[in-house]
Amino acid sequence: MITDYPYKQTESSTDFTPRPITLHINNAPVQLEVLPWVSLLDGLRDYAGLTGTKKGCDHGQCGACTVICDGDRILSCLTLAVMKDGSDITTIEGIAHEGVLHPLQKAFIEHDAFQCGYCTPGQICSAIGMFQEGKAKTRDEVKELMSGNLCRCGANTNIIDAIMEVKAQMSHE
Amino acid sequence: MNNFSYIKAASVQAAIDQSTAGFNVKYIAGGTNLIDLMKYNLTRADTLVDVNRVQENKDIIEMENGGLRLSAFATNAQTAYNPLIERRYPLLSRAILAGASAQIRNMATNGGNLLQRTRCYYFYDANVPCNKREPGSGCAAIAGYNRIMAILGTSESCIAVFPSDMCIALAALEAIVNVEGPEGSRSIPFADFHRLPGDTPHLDNNIGQDEIITSIDLPAKGFSKNYSYLKLRDRNSYAFALVSVASGLDLDGDVIREARIALGGVAHKPWRVEEAEDFLRGKPANQSNFRQAAEMILKGATGYRHNEFKIELAKRAIVRNCMMALNPATQLPGAQPSV
Repeated sequence: MITDYPYKQTESSTDFTPRPITLHINNAPVQLEVLPWVSLLDGLRDYAGLTGTKKGCDHGQCGACTVICDGDRILSCLTLAVMKDGSDITTIEGIAHEGVLHPLQKAFIEHDAFQCGYCTPGQICSAIGMFQEGKAKTRDEVKELMSGNLCRCGANTNIIDAIMEVKAQMSHE
Repeated sequence: MNNFSYIKAASVQAAIDQSTAGFNVKYIAGGTNLIDLMKYNLTRADTLVDVNRVQENKDIIEMENGGLRLSAFATNAQTAYNPLIERRYPLLSRAILAGASAQIRNMATNGGNLLQRTRCYYFYDANVPCNKREPGSGCAAIAGYNRIMAILGTSESCIAVFPSDMCIALAALEAIVNVEGPEGSRSIPFADFHRLPGDTPHLDNNIGQDEIITSIDLPAKGFSKNYSYLKLRDRNSYAFALVSVASGLDLDGDVIREARIALGGVAHKPWRVEEAEDFLRGKPANQSNFRQAAEMILKGATGYRHNEFKIELAKRAIVRNCMMALNPATQLPGAQPSV
């Protein structure tokens, strides 16, 4: 199937060599050599060995691959590793501090906010990003702003409960 | 995804130079649509030119004519949450926030939003004919499952819809798209930016091969007092519109001075009908007048086997959204019906 007319890949115009990049993952610089078409998700999982970030749909429809990049929650499947050279990335591996779980991790356990757990890293990174954005005030707004993270086990109610509890704790601090 | 080369452009001009010098070069900004299309092998590129660093300044600029200039390279989230946009163009803010998810809005750029491709299932399915994907091969959607497809401005070649929410508000606001290319810069009125399918459905819009969107201008008039965006869909959030409506009203008491109504989810481009907006001028803002305008807007609409319902749905959505615009404070998260 040909989609762009006329399409013919030419050898002269292409440079298929791996690129050295540095990602600051969970506060540590990580040097990687990646080909241009490696997604940030594959870069994290297969090159940096951080498999906490999950590949769900790989097409931007499920949110399982959510990470925090330069302060914003993004989908790591829909961006290229080379595009994030020099960026600060926080993954699920980086949110607990010195062996102490992040409040959201604790709340997810307390509220039974998962069944299979596959969407959990994305849910938690997304919720952290949402807290930083500071736009979700009500439960309805939290639900709307968390809608990019699907849970096919159906733990959504408990996920929102866990997030609301941490949100309430934060507003008391 | 095919193998490709990757270059970061330091300026718009450098990006254009790379594009004109190379073969099958594509610009990449947010990448939320392009990378997906490349994973499906629907789009291929020899080289991607990354334009994320071409402009240090991604701010919104106030213009002398009272309008605002949005950087094409700012993200959808930066735009929707910008205090000037929230205050002066809340219709745009609401429409952006009704689209995609928070993660995607943090990545997707304003320029890229205009250039996103249809989400027609048959365009994505390489095993069936699609005139948009492969000109001359036919359209599988017309005889297929066409619940999400267009009811206005369709052709025998294509019944796909343009999926943006942001662009429906930009159409209502009469934005202007500024582009630069090898021949210099030009400005395109929003109504002329996207195309109807006709017999060339592979062309979504009127931007040239090597051209790049640099900014989007919003005229001074923002309809910030009486506006509403309504989005109706099968799932209440994170889904494309079956029908969406952007309404902006300028009222003198309960009499309409000026009305803007644009529809999404119904055509290959944002849909506006001048005759309906002219009809509303000088009339009281009430359900029966909005209903008459809705009839004008949906004039000539044609349903297919599974989307006939969209015609009446769109008419009711117009009335409801214009009534919601009378009291924008009632709007709910996710552009759901509030009255």
